[in-house]
Amino acid sequence: MNLSSALTALAPMKSLGEQTKDTSWVNILIFILFVGVTMVVVFRASRNNKTAADYYAAGRSFSGGQNGTAIAGDYLSAASFLGITGAIAINGYDGFLYSIGFLVAWLVALLLVAELLRNTGKFTMADVLSFRLKQRPVRIAAATTTLVVCFFYLLAQMAGAGGLVSLLLGLDNNNKTGQGIVIAVVGVLMIVYVLIGGMKGTTWVQIIKACLLVIGAAIMTIIVLAMNGFNLTTLMDAAVQTSINEGGAGAALLNPGAAYGKAPLDFISLALALVLGTAALPHVLMRFYTVPTAKEARKSVVWAIWLIGIFYIFTLVLGYGAGALIGKKEILAAPGGVNAAAPLLAFVIGGPILLGFISAVAFATILAVVAGLTITAAASFAHDIYSNVIVKGEPKPEMEVKVARRTVVVIGLVAIAGGILANGQNIAFLVALAFAIAASANLPTIVYSLFWKKFTTQGALWSMYGGLAAAIILITFSPVVSGSPKAMIPGASFDWFPLANPGIISIPLAFFLGWLGTVLDKGTEDPRIQAEMEVRSLTGVGAEKAVEH
Amino acid sequence: MGNPAQASQEDPTVDFVEVQNSEEFQDLRKTHRNFVFPVAVGFLLWYFAYVLLAAYAHDFMSIKVWGSINIGLVMGLLQFVTTFGITTWYVTYANNKLDPKAAKIRTRLESQILAAQTTKEEV
Repeated sequence: MNLSSALTALAPMKSLGEQTKDTSWVNILIFILFVGVTMVVVFRASRNNKTAADYYAAGRSFSGGQNGTAIAGDYLSAASFLGITGAIAINGYDGFLYSIGFLVAWLVALLLVAELLRNTGKFTMADVLSFRLKQRPVRIAAATTTLVVCFFYLLAQMAGAGGLVSLLLGLDNNNKTGQGIVIAVVGVLMIVYVLIGGMKGTTWVQIIKACLLVIGAAIMTIIVLAMNGFNLTTLMDAAVQTSINEGGAGAALLNPGAAYGKAPLDFISLALALVLGTAALPHVLMRFYTVPTAKEARKSVVWAIWLIGIFYIFTLVLGYGAGALIGKKEILAAPGGVNAAAPLLAFVIGGPILLGFISAVAFATILAVVAGLTITAAASFAHDIYSNVIVKGEPKPEMEVKVARRTVVVIGLVAIAGGILANGQNIAFLVALAFAIAASANLPTIVYSLFWKKFTTQGALWSMYGGLAAAIILITFSPVVSGSPKAMIPGASFDWFPLANPGIISIPLAFFLGWLGTVLDKGTEDPRIQAEMEVRSLTGVGAEKAVEH
Repeated sequence: MGNPAQASQEDPTVDFVEVQNSEEFQDLRKTHRNFVFPVAVGFLLWYFAYVLLAAYAHDFMSIKVWGSINIGLVMGLLQFVTTFGITTWYVTYANNKLDPKAAKIRTRLESQILAAQTTKEEV
């Protein structure tokens, strides 16, 4: 491309990664601006945060459009924005496959879960799962899977923050202390947001971030398309040409196979986990409680699907754009590696200002997603374990929120420590793992308890614990953990399970265990509560109402 | 605080088993399931057909249809189109077919509950 060669001519001695360091103060400035604005919003939003419904569910006062935007803000994590753009830039078509799974998955949430969940639950996923089964054991199981999924997802975001920071602040890839400090800053900011703002503050942070992210990606997409005469073929041919020039995959970039050509089963397993995982992610499910009615929950999903879908189409253009204008070699050489594709592209097409904007948005993304996960985990601990198990449903009204707030601090500290330890781990793998665990441990029980009359407590417990254990055990013995130089423990080799993602085994197994546990259960559940749950789920009778202030 | 199920178990104003067995509710349930189950099976089959082709039929997916745009990209973008399409279809269906039926049952039950509460207070 003319532009990239012109740029190289301007700065012949410096790589793109080097050049971006010179202007990292712009990134910091724009990020501080974002933090400042969102802090004001969070403080304003925190005025009515007294009851549990206010703190966990934002008083159920958000509209479908607002909540849908927040869902998009929650869902389009750094892994999907930076990760998918980078994956397309490097692996071409195979990077695009990710985004399709992430999007189609929303239909499961729209058709089978969102409205029914809003009508039957109160604050957490466990509310729905334990509705007509034995409260204590099912709540403990659901809270356990919630905490595990949130933990892995949180770890992925915090681990990603380290790598991202190297690029955005111009820190060296090896400067682990500097990265650790930034991870701690992200963690502390997140604690402040969630502690003060609760769900309302968290939601506003996600809404602001989603708008900035979609606008930023749209601007970049339009610039990239304009540079290629608004012709997708010209753009893809340019990416192929760059790839040929540096001796890469060339035309094969446009065809499937670059990443998963040798491991098709791995890809199928991942595809299964992606499509079934979304509707079982606790932090996504909890967002449906922030709207006043099931109809608004439906609207939320519709908004989310459009925003997320359009955004993924942008990433297709951005990925090939980065491939064409920057090239695989330079991306991988930059600090942050694959994740650097989108920020580098911003720099090439829009200079330091656009880079600063996109970098600040990427930072904000981590902050917003981490905040959403933290409030979900804290709500699950305080509402499911503390209120319903430890004090058995008789806590003093203020106590539950107090416990939730303390949990936020604990989770924040754990996330900081975990993020520093996991710094440098593969983000996409940790996120895919969270999806696989959610799809195995949660989805079968959600579907069975909403749609299968005979489902029993034993079935729920077998399915949740079985799915959770299967997913974690298979991951432990997968090639991701040991057996290759790229693995988490490079020296060891106990990798008898051949796939990187456990979904293809653990998801069907969890569905099977739910069925088996139910048919082997000698006891039955109270048909009156089953009737109540079904009537409530479809009609909305007795559903939690919005809080009036 | 407690949990919602236990709360209403003690409140016998509505016999949910009777509501569940009523023709009106069974009709709503059928209208809901007749849409969501087949559509869910349909989009999952279409998604996995695409995934299997992308995993195993590289040559087929690499056939160029228009410029450098190949079947793989077209099918991928079609997944986006069907997702948007099903979303719009479901919303229209839910607004026209599900919501009125659900609202009718909900209004009836809620007035029943309200009436029972008022009587209790008067006593």
